[in-house]
Amino acid sequence: MTAMQKPQFFGDGLPYTSDAPWTGKLIVVEGTDGSGRTTQMNMLRDWLEVQGHGTVETGWTRSKLIGRAITEAKKGHTLSRMTHTLMYATDFADRLEYQILPALRNGFIVLADRYVYTAMSRAMVRGVDPEWLRELYGFAVVPDLVIHLKLPVPQLILRVIAAGQMNYWESGMDLNLGEDLYDSFEKYQTMIVDELDRMATAYDFITVDATMSPDAIQAIIRQHVTVLLKGRTS
Amino acid sequence: MVQKGAQYNFDRPHPFPGKLIVVEGIDGSGKSTQLQLAYRWLTARGYRVFLTEWNSADLVKAVTKRGKKKMVLTPTTFSLVHATDFAHRLVYSIIPPLKAGMIVLADRFVFTAFARDVARGCHPAWVRKVYDFAIRPDVAFYFKVSLEVALDRITKSRAKLKAYEAGMDLGLHPDIMESFRIFQGRILDEYQKMIEEYGLTEMPAERPIDEQQTLMREIITQALAGVERHIERPESLAI
Repeated sequence: MTAMQKPQFFGDGLPYTSDAPWTGKLIVVEGTDGSGRTTQMNMLRDWLEVQGHGTVETGWTRSKLIGRAITEAKKGHTLSRMTHTLMYATDFADRLEYQILPALRNGFIVLADRYVYTAMSRAMVRGVDPEWLRELYGFAVVPDLVIHLKLPVPQLILRVIAAGQMNYWESGMDLNLGEDLYDSFEKYQTMIVDELDRMATAYDFITVDATMSPDAIQAIIRQHVTVLLKGRTS
Repeated sequence: MVQKGAQYNFDRPHPFPGKLIVVEGIDGSGKSTQLQLAYRWLTARGYRVFLTEWNSADLVKAVTKRGKKKMVLTPTTFSLVHATDFAHRLVYSIIPPLKAGMIVLADRFVFTAFARDVARGCHPAWVRKVYDFAIRPDVAFYFKVSLEVALDRITKSRAKLKAYEAGMDLGLHPDIMESFRIFQGRILDEYQKMIEEYGLTEMPAERPIDEQQTLMREIITQALAGVERHIERPESLAI
């Protein structure tokens, strides 16, 4: 018998939808670029499916509804921080209602490659009030487990440069932090890492050292997931 | 000191030299007609006036249009997509003219969201919190009209009702006219609650157009005390 669980939200949830208990679980992997999130997500998914658990994966941004508009708006650099923040919230709400909630209600394990915390950290380094953000995301489901892959900024920089992923927005160029892309990137990512650290305490993340080998990281993640799924028949 | 969700605050008057005047009310309340007339009058009196409508921002226009056409917007995404659009409009169309000392006339403001999104099922406190970054208008007119009069005006002037304005996404009634009646009725209830909550200026929207306009101009005149006119009044347009 699988334990039923009453949905928990950051705030008032979605008053117009059912809050009937579900058997699904929401597992989030958070971390900056280059922290190995995708690798870990894939390993976790394979392992869960081998055990017979149904999984659904969801990434951050690019829902059907608003994904293209975000890409377009970013090209023009016309976004103010509020439009930026609200666009991400819209995108997330769309995926939550059409992807995440239906999967949880149907007993799937939802694996989220980043969650509201990423959006919150980006907004917070742009000066948006954490309290307001928490209320804005009051409709979001509280995850059952948040794995935080923590990578020190020097390693992060090396990995991102090697992958050729240093761009305008990931470098926080809209914030005028530094002389060039590199300076800005370093300062911006440091700010993001600090915000994630702060949230790690506030939101009970399981922080894992992302400089370890992928297998060693995965072993730790699986321990936590095993505890979470205890008593659950696949 | 922690910064607010926004630079400005909806709880207190804005610090700009310009004035923000907004009109609110359900479709068919005549608010846009009245705002247009006020625009003509103010311009003729030599004020620099900027007119802005909700949904005029092109940032998320494509999204809203597609989402509505395919009926995929949920109450929450409907609310957030409009909040995104509003934020864009605030930063690009409302605050700059106010800073420049102009009069901004806004056809619909946050109260539209408060009424419409709550009527759709969003939590009243949540919707209000989302719009915390907005600024407070100097005058907010609410054109109060009965459902029957509004419906009569709409059916006379328009061929077809739109699905979302009739609340068809909520499954209230299979008939679009009936659904419109139920949904707009809920919106009226929400507006009614806001008159006191936000001190909206109630307008007798079933009275003749010119009579309402006279009243509107009196109220605007009071609100504009101390606001400078930018150009000398052209004699030919003197009112």
